[in-house]
Amino acid sequence: MTDVAVRLTVNGEIRTATVEPRLTLADFLREYCRLTGTHLGCEHGVCGACTVLVDGAAVRSCLVFAVQVDGSEITTIEGIAPPGGGLSAVQAAFRDCHALQCGFCTPGFVVSVTAFLRDHPDPSDEEIRAALSGNLCRCTGYQSIVEAVRRAAAVARGEE
Amino acid sequence: MTRDRDAKGARYAGARVSRVEDVRLLTGGGTFVDDVALPGLLHACFVRSPVARAAIRGVDVSAALGLPGVRFVFTAADLNPGVREQWHTSVGPKSPETPRPPLAEGEVRFVGDPVALVIAESRYVAEDACELIEVDYEALPAVIDYTTAEHSPALVHESHGSNLIGEVAGLTAAALGGDFAAAAHVAGETIYQQAYAPVPMEARGIVVDYSPAGDLTIYAATQAPHEVRLFCARLLGIDEERVRVVVRDTGGGFGQKVMVQRDEMCLMLAAPKVGAPIKWIEDRRENLLAAGKSRHEHGAVKMAFDAQGRIQAAYIDFVADCGAYPTPWPVFPAVAVGALFPGPYRVPRAGFRVRTVYTNTVGRMPYRGPWQFESLAREVLLDIAARQMEIDPVELRRRNLLRRDELPYANANGMTYDNVSPSETFEQALRMLDYEAFRAEQAAARRAGRFLGVGVSNYVEPSTPGHGYYKREAARMRIEPSGRVSVFVTGGSSGNSIETTVVQLAADAIGARIEDVDTIQGDTALAGFGAGAAGSRSASMTAGAVGEAAGLLRARVVAVAAHHLGVASDDVELADSRAFARAVPSRSVSLRDIAAIAAAGELPDGVESELEASAEYKAKTHSIWVNATHVCTCEVDIVTGSVRLLRYIVSEDCGPMINPNVVEGQIAGGTVQGIGGVLFEHLAYDDAGNPLATTFMDYLLPTAAEVPPIEFGHIETPSPGPGGYKGVGEGGAIGAPPAVVNAVADALSPFGVKITRLPLTPAAIVALLEGSETGRR
Repeated sequence: MTDVAVRLTVNGEIRTATVEPRLTLADFLREYCRLTGTHLGCEHGVCGACTVLVDGAAVRSCLVFAVQVDGSEITTIEGIAPPGGGLSAVQAAFRDCHALQCGFCTPGFVVSVTAFLRDHPDPSDEEIRAALSGNLCRCTGYQSIVEAVRRAAAVARGEE
Repeated sequence: MTRDRDAKGARYAGARVSRVEDVRLLTGGGTFVDDVALPGLLHACFVRSPVARAAIRGVDVSAALGLPGVRFVFTAADLNPGVREQWHTSVGPKSPETPRPPLAEGEVRFVGDPVALVIAESRYVAEDACELIEVDYEALPAVIDYTTAEHSPALVHESHGSNLIGEVAGLTAAALGGDFAAAAHVAGETIYQQAYAPVPMEARGIVVDYSPAGDLTIYAATQAPHEVRLFCARLLGIDEERVRVVVRDTGGGFGQKVMVQRDEMCLMLAAPKVGAPIKWIEDRRENLLAAGKSRHEHGAVKMAFDAQGRIQAAYIDFVADCGAYPTPWPVFPAVAVGALFPGPYRVPRAGFRVRTVYTNTVGRMPYRGPWQFESLAREVLLDIAARQMEIDPVELRRRNLLRRDELPYANANGMTYDNVSPSETFEQALRMLDYEAFRAEQAAARRAGRFLGVGVSNYVEPSTPGHGYYKREAARMRIEPSGRVSVFVTGGSSGNSIETTVVQLAADAIGARIEDVDTIQGDTALAGFGAGAAGSRSASMTAGAVGEAAGLLRARVVAVAAHHLGVASDDVELADSRAFARAVPSRSVSLRDIAAIAAAGELPDGVESELEASAEYKAKTHSIWVNATHVCTCEVDIVTGSVRLLRYIVSEDCGPMINPNVVEGQIAGGTVQGIGGVLFEHLAYDDAGNPLATTFMDYLLPTAAEVPPIEFGHIETPSPGPGGYKGVGEGGAIGAPPAVVNAVADALSPFGVKITRLPLTPAAIVALLEGSETGRR
C-alpha cells in the first residue's frame, strides 16, 4: 500500500508526516513525534495505557491508525499539564494520593480521568470505579487512584 | 520541617513524603526501555513455536531475508554457539540448572518457545518477516498435565532422564504416622492452585548497543541491573567492565524481571553480530505466552489436632509445575513451601515432601511470594478443619497462634521466627472488622436469603535474604558544589518507590532538607554492587547502605564545618542542609559553603577535602521475618456464582515504616494481585498444550470495579536490621488468596461445599453449588 500524508495537531503543534496506512496512532505519537509518554500495555485495546484525547474524546491509540485521525486534534499526556509548567489538577491529585507506583499505566489513567471529570464533574464512587474499569493497573490496587479522582473532582469544583 | 528537631533522629523517615518519581511519570517524562531511542536502532521480533513439543526439521529464512528492511535472521546455529557461561549471580555457578538454549535447538518445548530472531528496520517489518519464516515441525508427544508428568513416558528434557526435576523431603509422612494416628481429629485435603503470572503492565524489553570497541550498553526492563550486567559478561565471555546496564523506569516486575531469560540472552548474543543497537520489546501476547508462569501447584496437606483443637502435627506433599524452562532452578523455592507450611502457629511436629516437574508449557518464574502456596494450603485447611470440628475458624486460630512470649520460635522444620507479632496483627484485624458484629450481620443476611462470608489468613514470611548475592548493597554519597546531596545506589526502581525511600533515608542521615537530595539509580557504571529489587529486600538493605555511606560522609562534612566554625567536631550538628555549632545555634554554615571550603582545599591536616563516600552494607541476619493477618468479607450470588468483596482488612507488622504511603501501596497492590489470582486470573492451557489466555480478553486482571477498598492496620515490631525496617513488597500476594478463598467458603458453608480448586470463577462456584448435596436438593 502507498504511504499516506497526514496532518495532525498534537498538543497544539501541527505535525505532518507521510506514513504507512497501518501505522497506529500510538506508534505515530511515539516514533514520529517522540512523545513517549503514551505507553503500550497490550496493543489490543484492553489495558488503556495508550489512551489519548482525539478531538477531546478518550481513545485507545493502539486501536486507531494515524491515517484515521488525519486532521484531528490530539492531546497526549505531555499536553495535559497547564501551559507554563506544573501539574494539572488530575496529575496533582495522583501525586498527592500515591495513585501511581511504576507509572507505566499512569498516563492512560490521567488522560482517561481528565476526560471523565470534564464530563462528570461530581461523580459518585461507583461512577468513578466504573469509569476507571477500562484502565488496568497492576501496582496500586486502584483505591489510591479512586481517591485521586475524588480529590481532583473536589479541587475542580473548588471544594479543596 | 524545622531544624530544632534532632537531625540524628528520623525526620523524613516515617512521614508520608510525596514521591520524587511522580512528576516525570505523571507528565509523560519517564524513560521506560521502549522509550530509548538511539541512532540506527534496529528492531527485533521472535518466531515462536505454535506447538507444545516438536522436533525442528528445518528453518527456511530465505523469504524473510529477501524482505526489504530485514537485516538479519538468526537461528539456533547462529546464536547458541556464542554462549560462554550461563548462570545467575543470585544462584551461583554450581546450581544444577535446566539447559537453556537461547533459541530452540532441535526441539521446541512449549508454545511460545523462541525459534528464530529477526532484526529489521522497524518492528512492523520484523513482524512481517516472522510471518515469512517457514519452520518444519514434526510433532512429538507432549507432557501437559503436570500431575502425571513424573510418570509420563515422554520426556521434556531427554538429557535430564526424567520429568521429575527434584524431590526434597523433611520428616516423612510415615515418621508422622503415630502423631496422626493418635490425634483426636485429622483434617486432610488436596488443594490446587491454578497457573497465574506477575503480568507487569510493561512487558519485558531490552536494548543492546554494541560499540565497535567491544563495549555493550544495555537498557533493560529489569529489577536487577547488576545481575543483567554480570550475566551478560559471562554469557559473552567478556570482561565485566565492558558491560554497562542503564535502567531508568521499569514498568512493574513483581519477580518477572529478576532473572535474565532466553529471549534477552538472544539479544545479547546477536548485538555483536549486528553492528547496530537492537531493541526487543515484548508484546502482551508474547508476555502471556513466554514470560513465564507462576503458582500452578497442588499440595496434599493434613493436620492433626487434639480434642481442644490444638495442632499436633502438620504435613504437606507438594508438587509444582515448572514448565519446560524454569528460571531459576525451582527445587529450592519449593523447599520453602514445605519449610514454611507450619506458619505462625504452634506446631510441634511437621514434615514435608516437595516435588518439581517439567512439562511442555511455559517455564516457572519468580512471582511475589514465590512460596505462597504454604499459606494458601494451611489457611484453607484450617478453615476446613474448623468446620469439621465445629469450632469457629477464628477461635481455632486463636488457640494455635504464636504469642510474643514464645519468640524466638523454631518451627518444626527448623525455621526460627523472631521479631514478629502474629497474635497482635490477628486481634487488630478482627477488631477493625468487628468480627462478632459481622457474624450477626451474616446470620441476618442468611435469613433473608443472602450469602455473606468472612475469611481470615495469617502468615509469616522471611524478607531480606542475607546470604550470598543478596547479602550486599552499596551506596555512594557526595556533596555537590551547589551543596546538593547526590546518592548513587543500584536501585531497581520498578514501582517500589525506592528513589523516594533513598532520598528520605539520605536526608535524615546527612541532615539535609529532602528537596536538596537527589538520587541516581539503575546505572551500573555509577552505582556499586547491589542485588536490586527482590526478596522484599530494598527497604532494609538500602537503609543499611545509605546509613553506612552517610556515616562516612557525615564525618567529613562535620570535620570541615568544625574547622570553619572553630568548634570541636563533637559540637557540630547537621540539620536543614546546614552545620550548626551546637552551643551557639546562630553560628552555622550551609552545605554549599562547606563544599566551597572543602574545594578551596586550605584545610588542616586530617581534614579531608573530598566530600564523597562509598560504603557497602552487609546483611547481618539470614532473613528478616514479617507477618500479617488478612481479613476479607464477601457476598456470593448463588445464582450467578459471582463474588463481591465487601471489606478487606490487612494488619501487618513491617516494623517502623519509612513511608506509610509506600507501605500501604505495596500491601494494596500485592493484595489485589492475590484477589485476582483467586477470582479472575488463569494462565490456562488446553490438553494439547495450547495456551488459552494470550490476551487481556482471556487473561482477566482485576479492575477498579471489582476490588474493595483496603483498610490498613499496623503493628510495629522492629527488626534487628537497619532502622528496624522489614520488607513489605511481597506479603499482600501471600496473605490475600487464602483470605478470599475462606470468605467464599464461609459464605457457601450452608451448602456444604468444600473449596479445594482455584480459580473461583462464577462458573466454578455454580458448579460447586450444583455438586453439593444442599444445592442438588
